[in-house]
Amino acid sequence: MPPAIKPQTASLLLALHGVSKAFPNGTLALSNLNCDVRAGEFLSLLGPSGCGKSTALRIIAGLSPPSEGSVEWPAYGMAADRTSRIGFVFQEPTLMPWASVFDNAALPLVLKGVAAETIAKRVTGALDRVGLAKFAHVFPRELSGGMRMRVSIARALVTEPQLLLMDEPFAALDEITRFKLNNDLLQVWQATGTTVVFVTHSVFESVYLSSRILVMTARPGRIAAELTIEAPYPRDQSFRTSAEYAAHCRRASTALTQAMSADRPAGDQG
Amino acid sequence: MNEARTSQERRDRASRIALPILVLALLLLIWEAIVRINHIPPYVLPGPGLILTTLVDDWELLSHSLTVTLVTTVEGFLLAAFGGVGLALLFNQSRLLEYSLYPYAVILQVTPIVAIAPLLLIYLPQPLAVLACAWIVAFFPVLANTTLGLHSVDRNLSDLFTLYGASRRQVLWHLKLPCALPYILGGLQIAGGLSLIGAVVAEIAAGSAGAGSGLAYRIAESGYRLNIPRMFAALLLLSVAGIAIFYVLSFVNHLALRRWHESALSREA
Repeated sequence: MPPAIKPQTASLLLALHGVSKAFPNGTLALSNLNCDVRAGEFLSLLGPSGCGKSTALRIIAGLSPPSEGSVEWPAYGMAADRTSRIGFVFQEPTLMPWASVFDNAALPLVLKGVAAETIAKRVTGALDRVGLAKFAHVFPRELSGGMRMRVSIARALVTEPQLLLMDEPFAALDEITRFKLNNDLLQVWQATGTTVVFVTHSVFESVYLSSRILVMTARPGRIAAELTIEAPYPRDQSFRTSAEYAAHCRRASTALTQAMSADRPAGDQG
Repeated sequence: MNEARTSQERRDRASRIALPILVLALLLLIWEAIVRINHIPPYVLPGPGLILTTLVDDWELLSHSLTVTLVTTVEGFLLAAFGGVGLALLFNQSRLLEYSLYPYAVILQVTPIVAIAPLLLIYLPQPLAVLACAWIVAFFPVLANTTLGLHSVDRNLSDLFTLYGASRRQVLWHLKLPCALPYILGGLQIAGGLSLIGAVVAEIAAGSAGAGSGLAYRIAESGYRLNIPRMFAALLLLSVAGIAIFYVLSFVNHLALRRWHESALSREA
C-alpha cells in the first residue's frame, strides 16, 4: 500500500527521455524534458500557466506525439496498448451532457465492449468511491461543479488504471470544494494503489497531495527542480495547518520563483 | 411564496394563449364589419363568415387537396431529413466527398426554387416534380445544421474517446450523433416549414399546366375563376397546416432534448 513509498526503491513505471514539443505555429512548449514516474507515487508537475505541463501530460497519455524524444514504459515496451492502463481527468469535467452520471462513468468500459454486468459492478464501485452512489441516474446538468468533477474522476477509475493523469482538475472549483476533493483524491489513491501524475499551478495543492513535486520553468517547459515531500500519508486537515506543511510550501514556492525568474537552467536536476 | 409564483406563472401562461386569440377575434370582427358596412362584394373581399362557410361547403374538395399537399410535404420532409443527415454523415467521414459535393448543395440552395420548379415540371411527371421541389428546399438546412453539429464536438471529449481506443463507429454513435442531435432537430424544424413552401411553389408553377390537385393548385384555380372565398379558405388551410407542422416538430424536439439540453430546460431547473 502506498503510504510508505520509498521513491528510490519504487519501480519505474514510465520515463520521458529528452521530450520536446513544438506546435505547428512555432511555439516551443517543451524542451528536452526528462523525468521518471515511479509506480505508486503521487507526482505533481508544478509550474506557471503555459509552461507545457498539460502538453507533457498529453504526451504521456499518447494524445499528442512528442516532436523529439520518447516516452518509455519499461514494463511493457513502447508500442503496448496504453488504453487499459491510463485514466485521464481534464481541467473541465468533460462529461457527455446527454448521458446520465452512470452512463458517463461507464463510457470507457462501454467503448471496450465490456459485459453489462461487469460494467454495472465496476461503475457502481467507482461512483461509490467518489461518493456519488446515489446520483447514478442524474444528468450532469443537475450537478454542482465539484460533483461533476467527481463523476469525471469516477470515469477515470472504472478501468482500474495503473496511471491516473490529472490536468489541473480542481482549478475551477472553490476552495472549500477543492480541499474536500483533495482529501477524497488522496483516499482514492491510497485505496487503489494507482500512480498519479497531477498537473497544477498551486504550490499549496501540490505540497498537500504529492509524494514528489517536479517544478517546471516557463515556456519552453523543462524540469527546474525536484522536491520530495516526505510527510507520511494519510494526510489530513492537521497536516494542512502544520509547520512542516508550511516549510514544504516555502521550499516549493522558492523553487517555483527561481524557475520562473531564471531562464538559465540553474537548478536543473531533471 | 411558492404558491404565489405558480399562480403568477399560470396567469402568465393563460394570457399568452388568451391574448393572441382575443386579437384575432377583434380583427375578424373589424374585417366582417368593414365588409358588411361597405357592401364589398365577395369577389373583391369576402368576410370571415363567408370564408368559413365556404370552407365547410367545399370541405370535400379542399380536404382532398389538403391531403395531397400534406402527403407531398411529409414525403419531401422525410427525404430531406434522411438525405440531409445521411449526406452530412458521409461528408463527415470523407473530406474528399465533402469538398467535391458541398458546393453543389449550396448552389441547389441559393438558386430560387420558383425558378427551378417550371424546369423540373418539364422533365418529371408532375407529382414527382412537386416532391423534388419540396425536397430541394428542405434538404439544405438539414445538411448544413447536421454538418455544423458534427463539427462542434467538445475537443476534450474527442480526446477521451481517442484515449480509450474508440472505433470510428463508436465515435459517431456515442459522441458525434448525440452532440449533433440539437442541431439536427433545429434543421428539421426549419425543413418542415420549407418543405411545405417547396410543395406550394411547385404546385403553383404546375397550376398553369392544370394537372395538379393540391391546395396551392386550388388557390391558383380559384383565382382564375374569381372564387375568392375559396382562395381564402385554401390559404387558411395551408397556414393551419404550416402551424401544425411547426408544433409537431417542436414537440418532437422537446421530447428528445428535455432531459439534458439547455434549450429544453427551464431556468430554475
